[in-house]
Formats: sequence, structure tokens, C-alpha cells
Amino acid sequence: MSEHEIFARLKEIQRQGLEALQKVQDEASLQTWRTAHLGRSSAVMQIFSGLGSLDKELRPQVGQQANLVKQALESAYAQREEQIKAASLQRALTSEKLDVSLPGRRRPLGRLHPATQVLNEICQVFVEMGFQIYRSPEVETDVLNFELLNIPAHHPARDMWDTFHTTSPGILLRTHTSPGQIRLMREACPEPIRAILPGMCYRYEQTDASHESQFNQIELLAVGKGITFGDLKGTLDQFAVRMFGEGVRTRLRPSYFPFTEPSAELDVQCFLCAGKGCTVCKGTGWLELGGCGMVHPVVLQNGGYDPEIYSGFAAGLGPERVAMMRYRIEDIRSFWANDLRFLEQF
Amino acid sequence: MKIPLSWLKEYIDIELNLEELARTLTLAGLEVEEIRLAGLPKPAADRYMFKYTGLSWDREHFVVAQIDEVMPHPNADRLTLCRLNDGQQELIVLTGAPNLFEYKGAGPLARPLKVAYAREGATLYDGHQPGEVLTTLKRVKIRGVESFSMVCSEKELGISEEHEGIILLDADAPTGMPLVDYLGDAVLVISILPNMIRNASVIGVARELSALTGKPLRQPGAGLLEAARLAALTGGEPIDGKAAVQITEAELNPRFVLGLIRGVEPRPSPYRVQHRLRLAGMRPINSIVDATNYVMLETGEPLHAFDYDVLIRRAGGKPPTIITRRAQKGEKLTTLDGVERTLDDFTILVTDTAGPLSLAGVMGGMESEVTENTRNVLLEGASWNFVNIRRTAFSQRLSSEAGYRFSRGVHPALAEIGVMLGLARMAAWSGGQIAPGLVDAYPLPPVDPIISLSPADVRRILGINLSPEEIAALLERLGFTCRTTENAVLVQTPPHRLDISEGSMGKADLLEEIARIYGYERIPAARLAEPLPPPRPTPDLQLEARVREGLARLGLQEIVSYRMTTPEREARLAAPDAPAEPQAYIRLLNPITPERSVMRRSLLSSVLDAAERNLRVRDPLMLFEIGPVFLPTGEGQLPEEPQRLAILFSGSAGLPAWDQPAPRKLDFYDLKGALESLLERLHIPALAFEPAAEGPYHPGKCALITSGGQRLGIFGELHPLVKERFDLGPAPVVCAELELSALLAAAPARFETASVSSYPPVLEDIAVVVDESLPAEQVAALIRQTGGRLLVGLRLFDVFRGEQIGAGKKSLAYALTYQAPDHTLNEKEAAQIRQRIIRRLEQELGAKLRG
Repeated sequence: MSEHEIFARLKEIQRQGLEALQKVQDEASLQTWRTAHLGRSSAVMQIFSGLGSLDKELRPQVGQQANLVKQALESAYAQREEQIKAASLQRALTSEKLDVSLPGRRRPLGRLHPATQVLNEICQVFVEMGFQIYRSPEVETDVLNFELLNIPAHHPARDMWDTFHTTSPGILLRTHTSPGQIRLMREACPEPIRAILPGMCYRYEQTDASHESQFNQIELLAVGKGITFGDLKGTLDQFAVRMFGEGVRTRLRPSYFPFTEPSAELDVQCFLCAGKGCTVCKGTGWLELGGCGMVHPVVLQNGGYDPEIYSGFAAGLGPERVAMMRYRIEDIRSFWANDLRFLEQF
Repeated sequence: MKIPLSWLKEYIDIELNLEELARTLTLAGLEVEEIRLAGLPKPAADRYMFKYTGLSWDREHFVVAQIDEVMPHPNADRLTLCRLNDGQQELIVLTGAPNLFEYKGAGPLARPLKVAYAREGATLYDGHQPGEVLTTLKRVKIRGVESFSMVCSEKELGISEEHEGIILLDADAPTGMPLVDYLGDAVLVISILPNMIRNASVIGVARELSALTGKPLRQPGAGLLEAARLAALTGGEPIDGKAAVQITEAELNPRFVLGLIRGVEPRPSPYRVQHRLRLAGMRPINSIVDATNYVMLETGEPLHAFDYDVLIRRAGGKPPTIITRRAQKGEKLTTLDGVERTLDDFTILVTDTAGPLSLAGVMGGMESEVTENTRNVLLEGASWNFVNIRRTAFSQRLSSEAGYRFSRGVHPALAEIGVMLGLARMAAWSGGQIAPGLVDAYPLPPVDPIISLSPADVRRILGINLSPEEIAALLERLGFTCRTTENAVLVQTPPHRLDISEGSMGKADLLEEIARIYGYERIPAARLAEPLPPPRPTPDLQLEARVREGLARLGLQEIVSYRMTTPEREARLAAPDAPAEPQAYIRLLNPITPERSVMRRSLLSSVLDAAERNLRVRDPLMLFEIGPVFLPTGEGQLPEEPQRLAILFSGSAGLPAWDQPAPRKLDFYDLKGALESLLERLHIPALAFEPAAEGPYHPGKCALITSGGQRLGIFGELHPLVKERFDLGPAPVVCAELELSALLAAAPARFETASVSSYPPVLEDIAVVVDESLPAEQVAALIRQTGGRLLVGLRLFDVFRGEQIGAGKKSLAYALTYQAPDHTLNEKEAAQIRQRIIRRLEQELGAKLRG
């Protein structure tokens, strides 16, 4: 081949290569092109491998020229490769569009029962105020559930508690957490007491949307040498604020419980309507939360404390009632029915 | 207790409107549950704290009218036309009231009938529909006669359910007066607290109101009593010698008073009396019985009227002797409600020489009751031991207005005033002459306690500073008599209260009264300043909280079940191959339903109940409950109440998704993994799982959980035969039961951490072939033991069985991580450990390294 022919050949190789590259549109044909035009058996590489058969003086020129052609093809390849990658990324970005409205793959979520949640919350509030948690049995003696709480047999006050009795005489299902008061006092006397007694209680009651035969109660008990009705009010006020929010007020209405005197019903300002009146508080602005009062001297005495020296207050709150008001639960029977469709809402 | 406002106003001036009045009473412990309007308008208020029911009668549309003539309807026998004057004009009003028939066609009436008249446009209750349905009077034609207004029944006006005839007012009702001015009222429905039975009376409520508002209390029927006393002076022979009383047990019957009235004529009471009784919730009977009920509602003292002539006849013509005594066992009495009752030997009776007359304090007997024909009445006012009355009422399942009051304690002082007022009202409404004097047996007057109370007592309990004078002033408003000294008040209980004790209990009673009248809302709130009690650790409660929270973190839902169940439900968990053993249960004497007759012994049973209920609602089910079970320890003893944990898994392992094939089902190893995670979190040491076959579990898929040899619980797949007893679907059900006290005992109080090495680990896999029967844990334990300190991770990643390794063999593949805390492990060190592990596996367990 003449010198002239070789140079023409190289020019042609470059032209054909670049022309073919123009037609390359995707990654696969780009690789095919690379093999064809820059691979070992490509035209330009054959020029290199044929250098040896050329005249000695021609070799540097041809080699240099072939190098230029190879570089031109390589840089065109790199450029094209970048274009194709950009184009394919662009295609991917436009085509790979998720329907973000399709549901996600859920992980099972564990939850505590709503009664546990509210119970924990209330306990937490009182624990922060220095109250200690105390648990006592659910099956109790008549003596602890009634007699030592100043409710003798055949006393009219017994009408206030519809009781489940057991076939074992003198053994019953506790109707309130108050028997724990006596147990705790007898354990703690003469130390001061500041305790909450949470737990399940039972009343012989036909169940309906607002009555349940099994329910939690949280008893509050403080005994010491200078505890007054004012302390009871202050403690309940603090509870209401911590539990229901700043500015929520409480109100005590005179009531009667044999184990406290003075006794009161505890109302809390409706936390849903801030006392303006809504369907939950039936327009009154107040919600009934439980009973309370100063521990009756007979009860103090039965607990081992001298009522002339010691005084105390007690209160009983219903966590399910709190939950019902807060979450607008319409049927109290939902709590122990264990329907997951209900429980999973908490 | 239903208190008509008009009645209350007889004893006290009231300036408060209804809403304020109800609030005042409620905040003093007389909770008003409802305000029932019977004519009066609803008061104006920004917000109503109370429930209002009933009807208001506007002044334009409801008036007192008079019927001057009752004429027949031209086209209907059962209707009449009334010539009526409503004070403005004369009109014809159509009515079907049966109580006008007797006047039909009698021409102009000499004494016009006073009626409650509703003009056109009045809104009232429809008398023909059940319940309270409002309707507005419009002009219509009935059988050819135009009608646009009506004469009303009690039901139409919202007074009572009575719709038998129209209201016939007393003759002195002023024609043309707006009805609300003449008859309009409102009823306060008050819930009486058990210690406030003194307020189950109009006077009681008036007395409270007097204390709260400072308005003076007017004495009951003063004028009436005076008139009766004067009349009695000329009332013929005194009662002395006409009747006698013998009390056999003064403890049960502290006082018994008798009065006598001669020549009465029982008849319908004046309309105003009937109206009041109805508003107060009682049915008018006749003017004698009504007088006893009226006085009971007024004073709180239940009275009983005997037909005197029946008593004389029973005494064989002689003056009767009333004897109060306990019933003999099996003695019988037919009470006013027509029921023949067999009496308990504790029941106190009113008897005469011929036998029982009434169930004392609860209900009168049929034989001696007052009838239309009664002419002479012996009136009883007594007082009874409230515990005894309560036992009788309870035992006889008999509730009555008298029993309600006597079973809560009525002061004996009321007996006398009750009888005197009763006789006076009988004389006023039934005619007759009161015999002078009373027979008054009063063997056991109560002690009305005198209590010394000091400002220091008030400060100590109520936290307020009151002077002796202020204390006295508050208590005197309630009728207490007080004498003040420099440092104390001597308080005398008034003779209408039995709820004030003596001594320090009495102090508490008085403090409550002071707080109530002073106003709970005025007592300032304080922050507890008492020293805190000594610490009281509650490791059990803390552990429980950690378990709960740990399980919730693992994706389990907590449930809380009814703790009452049936032995039959729990028997479903009995092992299928063992004979069913009857279990001892805490049994309820009075279950509400047979479905909840005993306290549960099995927490697992509760959780399975919940699983059945939710099986078709949710997949997967991953439930747990923590709570007590109740294990009897013997008659008269409290049961043990161990706290347990029960877990149930069933259904898909993971939630289904739209692009995923149905997940595999949860099984034994899922539950085991959850338990391992939980127990690891509690740092329970030396945890081990041993094959077990007990209870309701599949004998091949059940394991005991132990820690250092101590049993923590058991878990496994439910035995197929046990599962069949439940409605539980095809997926396996795996359950666990753990004893929380065992967890507490096993959980260390503290634990130590290991530092994390910063040198790179060496990772390596080992697969060994062992006998099928060799528990995997033995292989793992040997690897761990041999690997020692440098083996920081061991994970089984494959279990393979197949022809390649031969029958009766399995291949276990482990990923091992070696790491040193203080240097980078080199290949040589790692190879050494590996060699040791393989050698021991081969030598001690017959394992073969798999190529």
C-alpha cells in the first residue's frame, strides 16, 4: 500500500467509525461499536499491527496518524457513552414512576391495651407527685372490703355497692380498691403514706353501654400528721392540670362514702370544650371523675393510725371513664371485649 | 326524692331561680338529677347544669276555666259539649272525658266545674299517644262540631300519666287565672345520699336550703296544728283507755305513738293535695291514706292508719292493745300488696292480741287497712331500728316508701309530730274529730350527741381558720344548738338527725357539715407538705411494665379479658389424653350470667377466647395478656392470685401485601424467637428450652422454658385435638404461658455490658452433618464452648436434609464470627479455633464436616 493510500485508509476508518457511532443509540450497540472500531481486530488496530511490514521511514508517520485516529474514535466513544448514559438515566427517571398512592407494606405494630395506657398515664402523674404504687388482691374478704372501711353488715351504705359474693362465706370480689387502704395502712403504720392503688374491681351490675361488671379503679391515699381537705383539693387540682392540661379546674361536690368524711364527688372541667359545654359533658361543662374525701377516723383507726393525731385523704378514679371521655368511646363494654378493630385504634 | 317547688316554698322563701336553686342544693350534697317542669317556665340562664323535662304552660294559652253546663254531642254518644267560660268569653268545648258524663244533660250546673283549659295554639302533650309527644291545638271538626281548644287531663299538662278524665280543680280556683299561676310547679328530683335520709322530706330540703341561703325555716303546719289542738279539746273522749301499746324490744322499736280520730269519711282528697302527691311520685288513694303519705313526704315520718273498728273487733270488742314484737318463725302475714308473706324470726311486727297487723316500718297488713267504709282511724307513728328494717325489707324483697326511710334511720322525735300533723290533715280533708291526747310509748329515747369541737380541729382537717363563733353560726343554720367558749364550741345535735356520732367520729360528722355549709369551693387548695414516706420498691410492677412494653415492641397486641369465666370454657384446655380432673374454682354466689360463673384459673383460656373472636377479623394474631389467675386455697381463705403472662401467635408471619405472595404461617419458632427476644431483654441468665409434653400442647412441639433449671413457663403448638375444641381456623396456633414471679426471680437486678471491639472480625461458615436426633442446641453449645472468648457470633443459617447426606442425618450450617478485643486476629489464630471446633464436634458429637 502506498503512503498515500494508507493515510486515505486511516481517514476513511475515522470517517466510517464516527459515522457508525452517530447511529448508536443504546448501551448494547455502543459496546458492539467499540468492539468493531476500537477492538483488537478493528481496522485501526490492524493498521497498528501492520506497521511492522511498512517501510521503516513510514512507520512513525503512520503510527502517529493511526494514534490520532484511535484517539479521535476513543474520545468520540467517551462522549457518546456519556450521552447515552444520560439519555438512558433520563429515560429511567421518566419511565420508573411509582404510584405513590399504592399501600405500603405494613409491619405489625404492637400496642398496649387502652386501659393499660390510661392507667399508666394516671399512675405516672401521681408518681411524679411522690405517690407510690401499691397492689392488693382482687378477691377480698368482706371484712376488708366493707367492715373495716366503716361499712358494717346491713348498713344502708352497703346499698351503694352491688357485690359479687363467692360461695366461700365472707369472701367476695372487691367492689373498689379501698380494701387496699387498710392493707397498706397496716403495713406502713406509723410511717406517712402517699400511695396509689390501681386495679380491677367488680360490681354486680347488668352490663350496658355505660355499666360494666369489671372495671379498673385507681385509689389515692395520703396519710400523715397534717393532711387537710385543702391538700386533697390541691392534689386533685394538680392531677387535673398534669393529666388534662393547663388551666383545667376541678370541683368538689359534697357526697357520701362511709370511709371518708367529709366526702365529695370530683368533677373536672370538661377538657374537650374547656367548660363551655359539649355533648360529652352534656352541656354542663363538667365531667364526673370519681369520689374522694378525708379518710374517716374509723378507717384510720382500723389501719392503726390514731385519728386524733393523723389525718389523710383518699380518692377513687376510674381510668376507663377517663378514656371514654377522652376518646369518645361510646360503649364501656368495648374495653374487655378484645375486638382488635377497637384495640388497634389506640 | 321528688320535691315540688310550691311545697318547698311553704317552708321557706326562695329567691333563687330554678337553675340557681338546683345548683345550690347540688353543691351542698343534695344532687338534683332532673328538674321536671309542671307548668313553670324554664329559667333564663347562660348554661344549664341540669336536665330539664316536662312542660311549661304559657300564660296566654293555659287558663283556669269553668264549665257551666255539660251538653250531649249531637252525633256522638261518647263525646260531650261543654259550655265553658275562660274568663274572657263563653265558648263551646268538645270533650270525651268520662268524668263529665255524670253532668251530661243536667242543665246549667249549680256549682260550675273548674277545669284546666288550653286555648287554640297551645302546645301540650298528646293524651292519646304513649310517652310525651308534643302537639299544638288547631281548629278541626270532630263529628260535625268544630273544636279548637280543650279541657285537659293531667297527662296532657305533663303532671302525671293520668288520662282517664280531665282535671277537676278545687271549687275555689279563680276562673280566668293563668293556669301556671294557679297550679304551675316544678319538681326537683333529688338523689338522697344514704346519710341524708332526713332530707327525704320537703321540710328536710327546706332546712338545708335555709342553712344555705340564710332564709328562715317556717315551722310545718303551725296553724293547722293549732286548729287541730283546739278542735281536740272538744273532740269527745280522750284516747286514754281506748288503745294501748306494748313494746317488747325497745332496741328494735324505741318509740310508738298512737292517735285517734273519729267519724271520718274517706273521700278523694282536694285536687291540690292529689296534685302534690302525684308530683311527688305517689298515687292518691283517699283522703285518709293521702294524709299519711302527705305527712311522710312533708316530715319524713312514715305513718300508718288502722281501721280502728277492725282492731276492736279483733280484740273481741275491747279496746285494742298494739304489741310490737319479733315474728315467730314461720308466722304469716298478708301485706297491703296482697302478698302472703312468711316471716323471718328477726322481723319486727306490729301486732295485736289476735296476731300480726303489719310488717313494722315496711308495709301494713291487708286486714286492718283503711277502706271507703272506715269511720274511725287509729294512726301509728313509730320509730324502728334501721338495720332490722333493712334486713326485713331485703329478706322480703319488699321496697316501700316507709321501708326506704326506716331502713336508713328516722329520728323517734318525728313520730309525735308526724301523728299530730297526720290527724290534723285527716280532720281537714276527711272530716271527723280528733280524740284528745296521744298514746306515746317511748322506752328508748336516742342520745342526741353533744360534741366539743375546736377551731384547731377545723384547721387540722379542713385547713381553714374559723373562730368558735363562726363554727357555731354555720352549725346553727342546720339546727344544731351551740355554746361557744374561748377555744371550743359545744354542739348539741338537733332531734331530727341520727347521722351524728359521738366523740371523734362525731367531730368528723360535724366537720363535714361545716365544710358543706361553708362551701367546699371556698376551702383553699394546698400543696401536700407532709414528709414523703420511706421508699417502697416495686420490682414486680416494674418487671410487669417491662414485659408489657417489650412484647408490644415485638409487635404483639395487649388484650385485657373478663376475669370471670366458666369451668367448661377452661376445660377445653385439658390435655386430650388425660382424664378431665375437676378443678377447684373461686365460684360466684350470684353470677350475672352463667357465662361468668367462676374466676379464671387459666390466662391462656382468656387469650384463646380473644383469638376465636378475632380470627376472621385480623391476620396475623399476635396477642398477649398479663393478669392474675385465681387459685383457691381453701374454704374461707383468699385465693392465690399469681400474675401470669399468656401469648398467642397464629396466622401469617408478616402482614400480607399487594405484591407479595401469601406469607408463611407463624409457628413454634416464631414464638420461640419472640420469647428469646423478650427474655434477652430482661437479661435472664442461663436460658434453656427443653422438650416437654404436657397440658394442651402438641407432644412434639412443646418446650419448657427454664433459667438455671428454674421453670419460667411453657410454650408450644396447640395439640390438634385441643385445637378442635376451639373455633380457630386451619393455621397452627402457638401459645406460651409464663409465671411472672418466676421471671422476677430469674431476672437479675443488674447486668453488665461488654465493650465493643474495634478490631476487624473474621467471618467463617461451618456446616456439619449430625444425627437427626441430636438437638441443634448441643452442637451450638459445643461450638460456643470451644470458641471461647474469641467467638463473638454464632448463627445457624441452614438446616438441610437430603439424599446427599444420607437418611437419618441433618446438616447444620453456622456462620461464625471471631474477633479479639485487643488485636486483629490473623488467619492462623482463626484456623486454630476452627480446627479445635471441628475436632471436638467430630469426637464428641460424631459430626462430620460437610465439604
